[in-house]
Amino acid sequence: MSVLVRIPSPLRRVTGGKSTAEVNATTVSACLEDLEKQFPGIKERLCDSKGQIQHFVNIYVNGEDVRFLQDLDTPLKSGDEVSIVPAIAGGC
Amino acid sequence: MSFTTGLRCRECGRAYPIEPIYVCEVCFGSLEVVYDYVAIKRHISREKIAAGPNSMWRYKELLPVGGDVVDINAGFTPLVKAENLGRALGLKQLYLKNDCVNPSYSFKDRVVAVAATKAREFKFEAIACASTGNLACSVAAHAARAGMKSYVFIPSDLEQGKILGAAIYGPTLIAVEGNYDQVNRLCSELAEKYPWAFVNINIRPFYAEGSKTLAYEVAEQLGWRAPDNAVVPVASGSLFNKIWKGLNEFHDLGLIGPVKTRMFVTQATGCSPVATAYESGSNIIRPVKPQTIAKSLAIGNPADGYYALKTIRESGGGAAMSTDPEIVDGMKLLAETEGIFAETAGGVVIAGLKRLVTSGAIKEDELTVAYITGNGLKTLEAIQNSVVKPILIKPDINSFEAALGFKIAATVERNKSQVE
Repeated sequence: MSVLVRIPSPLRRVTGGKSTAEVNATTVSACLEDLEKQFPGIKERLCDSKGQIQHFVNIYVNGEDVRFLQDLDTPLKSGDEVSIVPAIAGGC
Repeated sequence: MSFTTGLRCRECGRAYPIEPIYVCEVCFGSLEVVYDYVAIKRHISREKIAAGPNSMWRYKELLPVGGDVVDINAGFTPLVKAENLGRALGLKQLYLKNDCVNPSYSFKDRVVAVAATKAREFKFEAIACASTGNLACSVAAHAARAGMKSYVFIPSDLEQGKILGAAIYGPTLIAVEGNYDQVNRLCSELAEKYPWAFVNINIRPFYAEGSKTLAYEVAEQLGWRAPDNAVVPVASGSLFNKIWKGLNEFHDLGLIGPVKTRMFVTQATGCSPVATAYESGSNIIRPVKPQTIAKSLAIGNPADGYYALKTIRESGGGAAMSTDPEIVDGMKLLAETEGIFAETAGGVVIAGLKRLVTSGAIKEDELTVAYITGNGLKTLEAIQNSVVKPILIKPDINSFEAALGFKIAATVERNKSQVE
């Protein structure tokens, strides 16, 4: 059950400079837990105090925004790619 | 000389140096340029501005640039008193900020001028962007002027006028099979990998400041005052927020009186995440999959949507959304009453304004400015089935009169009956 996670540069201080990570998880929520185990402190950057994905973070599974899927409950399978992307980008 | 002292996170206030970065590494909030307003106040005056160049650079002190700028002469576009359109809509003091006539035919020249200047200052060799079309044209044009390479990413289903209008400047033009939000997500990831100045990603804090000039110009052109209402097309929400910021900066610097402007968001019904959140009283922007002819506003996941909601509420403004047929009617009404041919986003503004007047949100005597941000020649597809067709004739008088004679006769008849 290996899922590739792409880490944006604002988080790389927490990941020791790593731009990708491998997690074992069957949901996005479990993916964030696994990331937290590997890189303590990363989850509080991504989630608010209620555990929801915070305003300024977008999470994608295979290129689709999880808000169009099942948010934190979005299922993951081996070979999936998760991207964490700052929301403050684009447009004008 | 630059009056910029650094960058600061809009959410947690953490300070950062002036670098090509855009997001706070602690809280993911957006970074904003910090100015030394005390020093600016000493340097700026109405007279000095009025004596400046007839472009956005007359406000250079309030932009995050220092020395030579990349200049294709953006800005200082006409503010038109729209008496005909005002009459049609029931407004006595309606003005149109006509940004269709910028060098690459949209307001994007204002933001890209700043971004390209910063890209050169930061020693990037290439500038890049994720675009719904207007930005593509502007980035390619400014790169050409600056002698830089450009990489322009667009959704593959854009209008021809925008594809060709960007292609002419010789960029590397990448058409992505997906909508704008997908293009933007791709570019956010590419910006991590390639050493390019993505104007609306890693250069975004600087780039976005260029939109403030749309507030400064309107205030100056109105005789140094803020309007009662500003009606603005909203995609990411950045332009909307920067107009509000620009008006308030002008007041803080003593250049205009108190700002009581109400800020109105206009969006297409097929992509209205900000207007919908406002109307439902929510603080949360739910992203949407855009379905609208207003492709320049087709951002379903607006980066500054959250702040746009704050601006609406802070200013006592509102929001309106319009269907695709109403957008086309808005484009036609603007053209037929004022001789201004705007792209679909202009149709969104006029259709939205009409709704805001009908609902009583905007009143007859209030000084209202509608922002028309892009040129109609870029979105010809939207109107091709909704305007008069040419009457085809042979090059002789008989052919003309045979084709048109009955029309003229009908007109004469009507005039006669009016006289009687």
